[in-house]
Amino acid sequence: MAAEDELLVAPYTLEYAYKRSTGPVIGRFLTGLRDGRIEGVKTQAGRVLVPPQEYDPETGEDVSDDFVEVGPGGVVTTWTWVYEPREKHGMDRPFAFALIRLDGADTALLHRVDAGDPDRMRTGMRVTVRWAEERTGMIHDIAAFVPEEAS
Amino acid sequence: MSDKPITRIVTPISLQYTVNAGTTTSAFLKALMQKRIVGRRCPVTGKVYVPPKGASPTHGVAMTEEVEVSQVGTVTNFAIVNIPFEGQKLTPPYVGASVLLDGADVPLFHLLGGFPASEARMGMRVRAVWVPDEELAPTLASIAYFEPTGEPDAAFETYQEHL
Repeated sequence: MAAEDELLVAPYTLEYAYKRSTGPVIGRFLTGLRDGRIEGVKTQAGRVLVPPQEYDPETGEDVSDDFVEVGPGGVVTTWTWVYEPREKHGMDRPFAFALIRLDGADTALLHRVDAGDPDRMRTGMRVTVRWAEERTGMIHDIAAFVPEEAS
Repeated sequence: MSDKPITRIVTPISLQYTVNAGTTTSAFLKALMQKRIVGRRCPVTGKVYVPPKGASPTHGVAMTEEVEVSQVGTVTNFAIVNIPFEGQKLTPPYVGASVLLDGADVPLFHLLGGFPASEARMGMRVRAVWVPDEELAPTLASIAYFEPTGEPDAAFETYQEHL
């Protein structure tokens, strides 16, 4: 094609810098992460929700004021391997997205498992937390979970 | 590290696109690099669209006739931005305006400049001010803004069908 016929192509980024108020329950959870602690909240029926929520997802009732520390170890309840991580995944190598039921919790937390190889992943495997070097009160304060035998 | 409880978080969401301008918009943007403003004419109505579209918005037929329009036009509408907001690139107050270029049938949205924002008005005659030649690029930002020509304001009747 002649230069005047060439089509123009350009990158375009659409970005919204949302600022969210956390509310008391998520706020406490994030504060705990910053301080190196994973906390869940008890429902009125005594189930431990991790990550915590303001309402019991089964009944819609307010949860209790009772926060409990869980983990740092837990069990993978399901997972999928990411062969080609993208920038937003926060990992520079292949990893698993997994639901992890932490010790002491009744629900599972979605996070990354840095297992190195999908052959090391299985449902029911034990994992433990690896904290980020710098923690600011975000879910990424947990850098990843790692297989327990490797920790 | 702060020891205050976390009450707010920032969670940016971004979408990374690759935009293909297509033939019509590519031609428009390249003309801007030559300090020319081009539109396309609807073969059914004869109306000239600036910026151009590939197909007539009213009749759906291809618009293939390119028409260069004037760099002088009339402000049909405007808004003075007085409020700062995140991501803002200009310092308030500044004026965004619809400019009906002579020879075009739809107004082009751009900035007004070179005079106090409080003097902006409908009917004002303005001309394109280009960025320095070395900064010309295939973008509407090659026009820095539109400045008053000093001509008498256009009568409302002359642009009322083009709002």
